[in-house]
Amino acid sequence: MIGENAPPPPGSRFGRTINRDHLPILAQGLPLATILIGSLAPLLPIVAAGPVVPPFGFMTLLAWRIVRPGLLPLWIGLPLGAFDDLFSGQPFGCAMMLWSLAMLALEAIEARFPWRGFWQDWAAASALLAAYLGISALVAGAGFEPRYLTLIVPQLLLSILLFPIIARMVAMFDRIRLYRVRVVD
Amino acid sequence: MAPPTIRRSGHSRKAQFSAFTGYLIAALGAAIGALLLVLSLWRPESFATLRSEATDVVAPAGRVSGATRSDSLTIVDMVAGYFHAGSQNARLKREADEARIRLREAEAVEAENRHLKALLGLRETEVKPVAFARLIGSTSASTRRLAYLSAGSGDGVKPGMPVRGPMGLVGRVLETGDSASRVLLITDGASMVPVRRTKDDVVAFAEGRADGTLHIRLINLGVNPIRKGDVFVTSGTGGLYRPGIPVALVDTITSDGAIALPLSNPGTTIYVAVEPVWVPQAEAVIAAEPAEQAE
Repeated sequence: MIGENAPPPPGSRFGRTINRDHLPILAQGLPLATILIGSLAPLLPIVAAGPVVPPFGFMTLLAWRIVRPGLLPLWIGLPLGAFDDLFSGQPFGCAMMLWSLAMLALEAIEARFPWRGFWQDWAAASALLAAYLGISALVAGAGFEPRYLTLIVPQLLLSILLFPIIARMVAMFDRIRLYRVRVVD
Repeated sequence: MAPPTIRRSGHSRKAQFSAFTGYLIAALGAAIGALLLVLSLWRPESFATLRSEATDVVAPAGRVSGATRSDSLTIVDMVAGYFHAGSQNARLKREADEARIRLREAEAVEAENRHLKALLGLRETEVKPVAFARLIGSTSASTRRLAYLSAGSGDGVKPGMPVRGPMGLVGRVLETGDSASRVLLITDGASMVPVRRTKDDVVAFAEGRADGTLHIRLINLGVNPIRKGDVFVTSGTGGLYRPGIPVALVDTITSDGAIALPLSNPGTTIYVAVEPVWVPQAEAVIAAEPAEQAE
């Protein structure tokens, strides 16, 4: 009788705590899965005239790294970048290098400014996005012209504006990630 | 937000080592990436097999999403369309009237053409497409302009084959997988199409500018004969594209040529035809290329 009206047990936002535990595949695999799906953005049914779609794979990686420091190992840029290179149209190795460097750069930023906030995270992500898109255009392999840098400006602005939203989505995925679904007997 | 304490390795040797190894592998990863990047810039075809296989695996998903694509508009067009609906309507009506007149003219010219050809004893050779396929996506986050095509070597598609839409040339096949392939669009910075003006024989190269336009680069420098509104078609030079496929419409005149808009916007082209390489000799050269690279 009490049980019917009683509030859910306190202490966890992640579902029932008694007799339940995190699912390792979900807890470890969801970040990787979201980044890999982000890398598949070139298969969206958009045949664009210019570079307009933000680099979703890279943005999701940055967001996971910022939302949950220490969850992704430092070297994860190498395998995830290799996957991204298969579809992005950039020469193979471009994302492998840049994603690894981005992980190192974020580590350095975090060591230098340990007390982080929204504005700092957004600024760091924006700077990394600008560097990523700029260098990507530089090494795209079709002969670089300075004009290409003006070509990526709309894409860069869109990416920067979209980043807080992606970070929010990642925070939502983070709650799903830690949901207690495994039944412990 | 407070700094995460998890990163402090403290006195634990094991934690210190794993932190150090993490940095080491990340730095190595960057170095490996840089090496592969140099390799693939030097030899762009190095990882073609890997890419084609990956494309084969994920292409079915692209095909499903491609099927839902609305058949006429790009994103920007869709938004802009709301603002220009009225003026566009008036303009389209006027253009339709003009087009009707032009059509009659074209019919007359065609009839005359047929007559003259019959006199010469020439026969119009009809090119039979190798495959009909759908553009299922493009590298829209990169400055390269490559598209994914829903047909591969299983359908008889081979690298080098021209891809055309109903309006004109779209690009050429770059790499093929079993059931999907990558197309180098004519607007890519690495694409160069030999073209000539429709009304006379002003020859030029149409070079991609990566932003959806083409740079018409004249071969014979001198007084620039190009006028706004000129239409360029493939000239057949080089042997890859058969002559007469519409390519671009001149928009702005520059000192050494013109900036032109491609007649076949890949964003609005869904179904495309893959045509065989025009001159068989060129086909032989293309077939020999991978063998040379392997040596």
